[in-house]
Amino acid sequence: MASDLPRAGGGPPRPGSDLDRRAFVGACLAAAAPVLLTAAQGSTTSAQAPADTAAAGTPPRYDRRNHNYGMGVDVDKCIGCGRCAAACKEENNVPRDPHHFRTWVERYAIRADGECAVDSPNGGIDGFPAPVGEENVLRAFFVPKLCNHCANAPCVQVCPVGATFTTEDGVVLVDEDYCIGCRYCIQACPYGARFLHPETHTAQKCTFCYHRVVQGMVPACVEVCPTGARIFGEVQRPASPLTRFRRFNALQVLKPHLNTEPKVFYANLDGQVR
Amino acid sequence: MQGYIYPNEFELQWGLLIVVYPYLTGLVAGAFILASLARVFNVKAVQPTYRLSLLTALAFLIAAPLPLLAHLGHPERSFAIFLTPNVRSAMAMFGFVYAWYLMMVLLLEIWFDYRKDLVLWSRGKTGFLAWFRRLLTLGSTDLSEKSLLFDNRAGKLITIVGIPSAFFLHGYVGFIFGSIKANPWWSSVLMPVVFLFSAIVSGIALMVLIYMVTSMLRFKPVDMACMDKLGAFLLYALVVDFSLEMLDFTQRLYEAEESIKILSDMLSNRLVVSLIVMQVLVGTVLPLISLGLIAPTVRKQGLVRVPDELRRLIYFVVAILVQIGIFSTRWNVVIGGQLFSKSLRGLTVYKMELLGIEGILVAGAIMLLPLVILFLLVKVVPPWQDAEAHVGSEPAAGDPLPAAQAS
Repeated sequence: MASDLPRAGGGPPRPGSDLDRRAFVGACLAAAAPVLLTAAQGSTTSAQAPADTAAAGTPPRYDRRNHNYGMGVDVDKCIGCGRCAAACKEENNVPRDPHHFRTWVERYAIRADGECAVDSPNGGIDGFPAPVGEENVLRAFFVPKLCNHCANAPCVQVCPVGATFTTEDGVVLVDEDYCIGCRYCIQACPYGARFLHPETHTAQKCTFCYHRVVQGMVPACVEVCPTGARIFGEVQRPASPLTRFRRFNALQVLKPHLNTEPKVFYANLDGQVR
Repeated sequence: MQGYIYPNEFELQWGLLIVVYPYLTGLVAGAFILASLARVFNVKAVQPTYRLSLLTALAFLIAAPLPLLAHLGHPERSFAIFLTPNVRSAMAMFGFVYAWYLMMVLLLEIWFDYRKDLVLWSRGKTGFLAWFRRLLTLGSTDLSEKSLLFDNRAGKLITIVGIPSAFFLHGYVGFIFGSIKANPWWSSVLMPVVFLFSAIVSGIALMVLIYMVTSMLRFKPVDMACMDKLGAFLLYALVVDFSLEMLDFTQRLYEAEESIKILSDMLSNRLVVSLIVMQVLVGTVLPLISLGLIAPTVRKQGLVRVPDELRRLIYFVVAILVQIGIFSTRWNVVIGGQLFSKSLRGLTVYKMELLGIEGILVAGAIMLLPLVILFLLVKVVPPWQDAEAHVGSEPAAGDPLPAAQAS
């Protein structure tokens, strides 16, 4: 190959030399392509870091079958700033009123007598006021909530037209152009994660920011979380932040008795959380 | 609002229209089952209500999908349920159950039952009605002994197929709610069965009302043997229905699962009037006592002997109370199931609107529509037994009085 190296400097090009150079660059790219692709895929899987696949010139072909997404939430890390909920509304054009959320933050205040008060004013976006009867609070914590992208999703089961479906990469989505707005899925969701969009009159919910994820980015809520309380990644792949999270934490899912098989895993979750 | 509800639960998803839907389908199933009592089980006493019940079932069935349609966010896409149904979805089966019941059961049975009359009514007559009836015969004008026998046999067969179909139609509506595991108020294996028996209760009560009102408007005497039989059947159905509901209630209370606290809160804070007063006391206990006393069950005359006039009045009032009770039952299932948060930590409220597509006016109009449809049906195919006597002599068109309208 060394003999084919283009000469530096500006000697008069010989006839055909231009072609040679082109052929060389082409050959190099062809040879490097698998490496570049693997690198790009690697950055997709270690999805915490935004992928810089664009720099490679050729965006990698996204293969859904190679992914299965999930999320981890470390309850102890959540400080209740509500930036995730705000970012989600910004990113996904969620109605700004306090009654429609794709993700929100709940605050639990467990009192000395065992009573547990829960609130989520405006989904936590505006922060939380001091709890009533603060002096009696034994322990308080914040819990981010979102669609659990259940592997055994009741919403997918009940949708009469199949507008709600599970993608091959394990994300539960709604086809806005197909949803008839019967709201059966909203009734079937045990987590209150769905709502009917007041303008489109179709069901909506968290998509794990699918439009970002397939480009190698992480969901908006994960991106903005200042404490790293949300961990996005692959459920099955060994080299994934989520796998690491799962390895080092005892995990729980919400309402496990309903056998929905959620793919949002909580660490340090209190039994009071439903 | 009280306690904590998930932010997305602020808006109730299923409102008044979805209360009306199971109420209407329940009446369909109930009326049909009453008709089949006359046809298949040969209960002669209720024969006067046979055809009227069939037409009532048809009228209510035609109106039944309207509240669903009006409720959809995208009604124009509703046909997708037929084109690309999700076979795992209980709701997707609606279209098929509905179509089966309408086409294969009700329309066919009514057609076979009326074919002879349609031929006779239209024979040698002119005018729109005669022409329309001739059209309804579908060109099958053979009135030979053999063909009439075939009509009868076919009708009977269809009724036999129709009974499980009617059970299925309404049991399935119960399943739509009963299969939602996310909702402890709905999730119950008894739900389809309770729906079914409440449907039978409401259907019989409706036929009591319609039969009495139409007889009154036609200045015909009410057949007391028929009324007594209807009263007895209503009592039996009420007993089964109430027992099932009590069983469900006791089971929940005894198991006392995680949801029991919030459901008790809901019962005592939100459903006192609609459940305890309307559904149980007014709609069930009072009718049970009244019917238990006067309907001929263990004794031929009923436990208390009451003059016909008074007994008729009691049947009438009881039938109205039962309707109120069953409507409250639907309300308590549909609305009640959404008044508590799935976080099991709080209660919300339902604000009914007056105007608007989900409002009281639209719901009321949809509930009255079946009566209008029934009025038209009765014009075209009069269900009265005496109507047959007029065949060949009087113009049958003038015969049925503008009857069913009233109730």
